[in-house]
Amino acid sequence: MTITAHERADMSRSPIAGTDPTPAISLHGVSKVYRSGSETVTAVREVDLNIERGEFFSLLGPSGCGKTTTMRMIAGFDDPTDGEVRLTGNDVTGVPPNHRDVNMVFQSYALFPHMSVHDNVAFGLKRSGVAKREISGRVGEMLDLVELGDRAGHKPAQLSGGQQQRVALARALVNRPSALLLDEPLGALDLKLRQSMQSELKRIQREVGITFVYVTHDQGEALTMSDRIAVMNEGIVEQLGSPAEVYERPATRFVAGFIGTSNLLTGTAGEARDGGSDVRLADDHVVRAGTALLPGAAVDMTVRPEKIRITTHEPDAALSRVRGTVTDTVYLGSATHYTVRLADGTEIVVFCQNTSDALEVAEAGSAVWLSWQPQHSYVLPEAHASRPAPHTPADPSDEETHNHA
Amino acid sequence: MVKRKLVPYLLALPGWSWLALFFVAPIAGMLALSLTTGDVITGFRQTFHVANYVDAIATYWEQISRSLLYGGSATVVCLLLGFPMAYWIAFRGGKHKSTYLLLILLPFFVSFVLRTISWKFTLSDNGVVLGTLKSIGLAPDDLAVLNSAPAVVLGLAYNFLPFMVLPIYAVLERMDPRLVEAAYDLYATRTQAFLRVILPIALPGVFAGGLMTFIPTSADYVNASVLGGTHNTMVGNIIRTEYLVNNAYPTAAAITFTLMGLLLLGIFSYARALGTERVMEVQAR
Ligand SMILES: Nc1ncnc2c1ncn2[C@@H]1O[C@H](COP(=O)(O)OP(=O)(O)OP(=O)(O)O)[C@@H](O)[C@H]1O
Ligand SMILES: [Mg+2]
Repeated sequence: MTITAHERADMSRSPIAGTDPTPAISLHGVSKVYRSGSETVTAVREVDLNIERGEFFSLLGPSGCGKTTTMRMIAGFDDPTDGEVRLTGNDVTGVPPNHRDVNMVFQSYALFPHMSVHDNVAFGLKRSGVAKREISGRVGEMLDLVELGDRAGHKPAQLSGGQQQRVALARALVNRPSALLLDEPLGALDLKLRQSMQSELKRIQREVGITFVYVTHDQGEALTMSDRIAVMNEGIVEQLGSPAEVYERPATRFVAGFIGTSNLLTGTAGEARDGGSDVRLADDHVVRAGTALLPGAAVDMTVRPEKIRITTHEPDAALSRVRGTVTDTVYLGSATHYTVRLADGTEIVVFCQNTSDALEVAEAGSAVWLSWQPQHSYVLPEAHASRPAPHTPADPSDEETHNHA
Repeated sequence: MVKRKLVPYLLALPGWSWLALFFVAPIAGMLALSLTTGDVITGFRQTFHVANYVDAIATYWEQISRSLLYGGSATVVCLLLGFPMAYWIAFRGGKHKSTYLLLILLPFFVSFVLRTISWKFTLSDNGVVLGTLKSIGLAPDDLAVLNSAPAVVLGLAYNFLPFMVLPIYAVLERMDPRLVEAAYDLYATRTQAFLRVILPIALPGVFAGGLMTFIPTSADYVNASVLGGTHNTMVGNIIRTEYLVNNAYPTAAAITFTLMGLLLLGIFSYARALGTERVMEVQAR
């Protein structure tokens, strides 16, 4: 990489150290309402986000949850119906995309079919008036960075999907934007290529130090790549946190279910003692939760499958423990996945590493004990238990609709 | 094996026969006719009289060049009107795209000659347009549009506009609108996005539309005779007169071939100017 890019990396990283706390991108109460005919769709609902400089930030959520819409408002292709978008502290409402210092990598790449790889990458530099000599140097370096130096003269149609993806990345990165917006950039690639591109993207992001806003519906991808993740569902941000936070301490049932596999246990809080609580589950088992709860409150708890031990003998009474019957076992070589049904029909998934001393309790139909450390029964906060429905009736005060075909 | 290989040729046979029968044969006949001497009464003899061409070109040079000029102007007018129309329908048409296309084709449900005559009424000295302009004092009382070169060019453009709109629409319709957004995202202004991205991608459509308007407009005679009066005759009018009125078949055939040669020459230089390679490549996608 070039010296200039390193300089930039330093420039954009230093604010994290505390000298300039202005976030690269911030959204304040941003909503987007689409109206077609009499029906209105709230694609994004009152989203607040601060994305720090140099951060690898992911927007994660299922299809249709408003990720692309959020991204398009940051890039300037759509204006928010409500709220404001700030880029490095400046309100950019009404500023067109060509005057915003962010670049987008499109879901479909959107490479210019009539231009060579070189001309595609040079497009932004030419438009912003960079001197000719400098352009060819920067384009060459960028193509080397994405390992396409030998394809400069090719047309996009002559490249493979992964190569086109890297051209799209180079075309945006070469402009050294303050932030790069990537909309499911690996969505069209097969699994193997996807995985190698994931580490490739991470490497490039570390090298250039630019803020990456990464849209994906693949939770594994978000967990491995991001510094922080915003989990979205039906237009709202359900949780914002580091990969470990959203995985270990999901804020809502949705997050718990969407990220990784988790077992949801519902019950009623009993006596509180020693900073924890007893929780009586639906099948009358009493387990310990690591949080003190109001006695009598309805409780949603999750336990991750890898935290649970499966045994034939009765485990230590200090642990949270339940009894059930194995209904399914899947042997995966290094691990075995069990499905265990409790007396009330609740199914619990257990991931068990096949270490040499692992018990042979595998057969379906056998009665087993499940046990885990009390602090691993994570109680979901109730704040998000009820949330507004995604579709609202037409509201005459909504000022704008978007009908672009 | 042999049978299999023959199938495609057999399938193409009706097409080739059609071309041979109705295109190659008449062209060869016309070419032969253009090199004969004689008249209707004594009959035409094959004398390979190349002077027919020299005479025809010398006599009618003015009409020939006027035809190319009018055809070219009408094509440019069609492009200037047709491109925005095609663009608008392709990107802003929404659910009603086919309705708009039908509206563009609607005049075609009326006969070509009738349409041209209705233009004559529209453009007449005290017709809807000029009459209104004159009555509200926006045009001088003695202004006349009919029987002039602009009237012919406008008539040609009006009659052949859909031939420009449809091929351009076809390429723009297939174009990913994200490409335009990508251009804006990469700091292009609206003009730059149009010149660097939209126009080059639409080029095959512009090329096809240009051919489909230029060829028929430069050979047309209806517009010149209805809207052009006596001083704006085009080569089509000459061919018609020589053939149907004067029965000077060799002369008519010689002018026809001259026009054809000039058009082919024009088309090849046009393709070169636009860059055949680019035209073909983008189309291949
Ligand atoms: N131009 C539009 N007009 C009307 N509704 C729209 C428009 N664009 C998006 N929507 C709606 O807004 C919601 C969010 O769409 P968005 O494209 O942001 O989802 P996404 O999270 O990017 O999904 P995906 O993972 O499938 O790309 C969807 O319900 C969608 O139907
Ligand atoms: Mg999307």
